[in-house]
Amino acid sequence: MTTALQVHDLHFSYHDGLTALRGVSFQICEGDKVALVGPNGAGKSTLMLHLNGILHGQGEVNVGGKRLTRENLPAIRSMVGLVFQNPDDQLFSPTVFEDVAFGPLHMGLPMKEVETRVNAALDAVKMSGFRDRLSHHLSVGEKKRIAIATVLSMDPQILVLDEPSAGLDPRARRTLINLLRELPITMLVSTHDMRLVQELFPRTIVMDEGMIVADGRTNDILENETLLTAHGLEKP
Amino acid sequence: MHFDVFDRYHENESFVHRLDPRVKVVATVVFILSNALLPDGAWVAFGLSWLFLLLANLLSNLGLGFTFKRSLVALPFALIALTVLFSIPGNPLTSFHFLFWDFTITDAGLLRFVSILIRSWLSVQMAILLVAVARFPDLIHALEHLRVPSILTTIIAFLYRYLFVLADEVFRLMRARESRSAAAPGKRSGGSVAWRAGIVGHMAGQLFLRSYERSERVYNAMLARGYVGHMETIHPHELRRRDYITVALVLLVILFFQLVGRV
Repeated sequence: MTTALQVHDLHFSYHDGLTALRGVSFQICEGDKVALVGPNGAGKSTLMLHLNGILHGQGEVNVGGKRLTRENLPAIRSMVGLVFQNPDDQLFSPTVFEDVAFGPLHMGLPMKEVETRVNAALDAVKMSGFRDRLSHHLSVGEKKRIAIATVLSMDPQILVLDEPSAGLDPRARRTLINLLRELPITMLVSTHDMRLVQELFPRTIVMDEGMIVADGRTNDILENETLLTAHGLEKP
Repeated sequence: MHFDVFDRYHENESFVHRLDPRVKVVATVVFILSNALLPDGAWVAFGLSWLFLLLANLLSNLGLGFTFKRSLVALPFALIALTVLFSIPGNPLTSFHFLFWDFTITDAGLLRFVSILIRSWLSVQMAILLVAVARFPDLIHALEHLRVPSILTTIIAFLYRYLFVLADEVFRLMRARESRSAAAPGKRSGGSVAWRAGIVGHMAGQLFLRSYERSERVYNAMLARGYVGHMETIHPHELRRRDYITVALVLLVILFFQLVGRV
């Protein structure tokens, strides 16, 4: 299988001296759906912000065989769809349509193609009827799905989601889980929702204190209670 | 992810740091007033005021050039006074033609312009020193003690408190935009300037809406904790002998500057 994403020996410290990543290495093959778990402050979000070059640490990030550098940053950003935890950060346009169209328009695609992509992305998240709604007035679950559509419209090769199920009611969560299952795309999802992990992801990476402490089959990891307890996690 | 660029307090151990914040506020305000009241071309008084400022720097243990380095950012604002160069009647020094107009710089205009520049430069530096040597909550307390209307101090306190939250919000919005600012092979990316300006406009609008809604949530949270229209503060500050002496000295010295400036 082709490698979709490869991270090698990634180190990163914030300006205030907090070391967030201490030598993170892993790879994800095309079509893989991988869960990223770990306690708050483990470095999950920091790692995700490296995958499309929002943060630059020491080490190597390869997306689709391309090394992430300053020059190919715009190309990498169209390949890695990063969905932020708080959809309010992601939705900054007045209408749903404009938000979903932001990525394709920024890429300079012709208007016709933008239309097609926006419609396809909204279809994929089952929000076609929301095209002209105001993003501001949607429910959290709806905002989450629109946020996913805003990166799907860029036709990414990998979807990176930061805690997608946080703050959702059971029905919205269920809709989201079904949506993630059906999307035929490589995925790296950070979450605290261990039942979601069990249900959706064959492979799990466990992070703590800026390092990967376990990486393997989800079933094996969820059976290992010593490991889970040691890193502040719970068996679902 | 925290924006602390607005926090200008410099933790230090010094005579000025130990003073009561009221003393610092009064000294700063009086100093600025004095600068504003000095007549044009009162060079000796300006010079003395500058020495006073240096002394304050020195007593704050922050280094002689501390406020000077930070004052340069404020200088462009003084350029608003550029028009006085041409608008004060006096003996013409030089003339030039620009577009459709003739401009004449007069000696009186030049004198006024340089004086304004010096006044604002001295005043800005003292203000910079004030926020460097007093913690922001202490400044607010000082203003309350000095009988500044509580509606004003409350607004300032909230402005300061939520500035950081807003800055964080702007930062996250920009990061999310950056994250989707991609390029397709063979296509010019970035869109037109007008389109990008529109996006920035939308972001500003979103920010306003969210701030507005946040203010309602914050207000409700305040009501829930018994807010009835004014902030209760504990008053940990107490004027000691040192504070009274300092205030008296500062007032005398500044009065002296005024006398020197008006001789």
